[in-house]
Amino acid sequence: MKSVIAENLVKTYDKGKVRALDGLNLDVEEGTVLSVLGPNGAGKTTVVRILTTLLRPDSGNAQVAGIDVINHPEKVREVIGLSGQYAAVDEILTGYDNLVMFGELYHLGKKQAVARANELLERFSLTEAAKRPIKTYSGGMRRRLDLAASLIVKPKVLFLDEPTTGLDPRGRQEMWGVIQELVKGGVTLLLTTQYLEEADQLADDIAVIDTGKVIARGTSDALKKQVGGERLEVVVEQQHIAKTMEIVSSVSGNKAGLDEGLRLITAPVSTGSVALFEVLKSLDAAGIHALDVGLKRPSLDDVFLALTGHAAEVKEDSKEVKK
Amino acid sequence: MTAINDIFIITRRQLLLLTRVPEVLIFSTIQPVMFVLLFRYVFGGSIDTGQPGGYVQLLMPGIFVQTVAFTLAGTASGLAEDMKKGLIDRFRSLPISQSALVVGRTLGDSLLNIVVLAVMGIAGFIVGWRPSSGVGNVALGFLFLLFFGYALSWVGVLVGLSASDARVVQNVSFIVTFPLTFLSNAFAPTTGMPRVLQYFAEWNPVSTMVAACRELFGLENQFGATAGSFPSEHPLVTSLFYMVVIMVIFVPLSLRKYRNYAE
Repeated sequence: MKSVIAENLVKTYDKGKVRALDGLNLDVEEGTVLSVLGPNGAGKTTVVRILTTLLRPDSGNAQVAGIDVINHPEKVREVIGLSGQYAAVDEILTGYDNLVMFGELYHLGKKQAVARANELLERFSLTEAAKRPIKTYSGGMRRRLDLAASLIVKPKVLFLDEPTTGLDPRGRQEMWGVIQELVKGGVTLLLTTQYLEEADQLADDIAVIDTGKVIARGTSDALKKQVGGERLEVVVEQQHIAKTMEIVSSVSGNKAGLDEGLRLITAPVSTGSVALFEVLKSLDAAGIHALDVGLKRPSLDDVFLALTGHAAEVKEDSKEVKK
Repeated sequence: MTAINDIFIITRRQLLLLTRVPEVLIFSTIQPVMFVLLFRYVFGGSIDTGQPGGYVQLLMPGIFVQTVAFTLAGTASGLAEDMKKGLIDRFRSLPISQSALVVGRTLGDSLLNIVVLAVMGIAGFIVGWRPSSGVGNVALGFLFLLFFGYALSWVGVLVGLSASDARVVQNVSFIVTFPLTFLSNAFAPTTGMPRVLQYFAEWNPVSTMVAACRELFGLENQFGATAGSFPSEHPLVTSLFYMVVIMVIFVPLSLRKYRNYAE
């Protein structure tokens, strides 16, 4: 059974000038985790906002838990949980106050709302901070509380929009731990992220999106194969660029990319240090002295480069053009 | 019924916020009380009203109206603040009545007005304000004030949801509210104003409200504009008309704005 279906979603802003979604198709199988991976401005937030009834698409269909999002938004709201990019909890109120309030808004009744609040605070290690205003919380604690608020009634489908953006590495690790626990409990989850590593850690399935369309779909292993594992980076003098690109391309088997400003030549490689050694040997034979050379773990940029032939451009994010 | 319950929860949240940040309540009462004292003692001595009890009798309705007019700014900045934090997205994704957040907010702001008006009334009484019309009329006057504040609160909803930044909201509300309250009969006779401003002051809802309150508190409306004009002859009816018109226009506009706020 598909818990989420999005068909041909189109959404434009600014009277059609900005095409945030351009015929996007998605689905999430019940009980699985789909990560929507893409750079800023790819349309991630717009998809989540449409699926969670906050935004109406210009055209296309969407269903969540079998309910039509466009015609029955009020019914969809009863079965979803949403945790956005910004911790959407009241800063001035305490963690406990927030959860009780949201519980009551879910019509739990005072007693049950209190019980559920305490249960969630315990589960997300926030019991000690429960009676403190949110503004005293760390970024990671805020996100955990925000997540707790989206779980007050066990949602059939949970949406997490960039749950770790802006967190420090420790906060990110904690958040991953919490989400992994949820996943083990069998939640159906749609998660957006800019980080390949995050998608890798948390998702069964990854949909890569760019300029409002899904450009690749598969498990993280499958995508990584497409990327070619690691990435080789070489910086050389201006006059050696052409020759170096040739060498790097032939070792990699993919056409090398060039950042002209940095004189940085990059290409995905699958043989790691062997490829590095080969490139160095060839450069040496050609009499080229590399200024810098190294191997990098695959990044979102590499996925993009491999999938689209262009780097992940940083564009204005859809949320910033919504007004 | 669940809609009423949702509204109640939102309103309660706002009162909870007041208990957590008592400064808000303290400063929203200190400011009007300060105005009462300043106007009473700075202008009170030099403006001869010929009214028994002096300037403070005419001043109090003016300051009451000015204070409730600033509800517009309060509601607007409160909502803009919620928007900034992404809180509105959360509320909009909950299975609650879609108008609960804004209705709850306007009611909460009105409850705050009750407290503020009570404190101001006491301060006014201390410095010599003595309404002479009996309990019923005075209560009706306060009811008028609350309703006026509530109507303007809905204008604030639209301003707050339309603004790009919470700081802009403060400025916009101030620029709207300040001239409205001063181009009126609230603090001084309108007869000294240039002709054009006199007409404005005469029809200004703030003036009709002040005149209505003066009437309900048992005073002649001495600062009123040209006698014989409809608003100065019938301030109660005119004010009521204004409030209804404001609500009829701004409640649907604000609710629509809220529903489509992301577009």
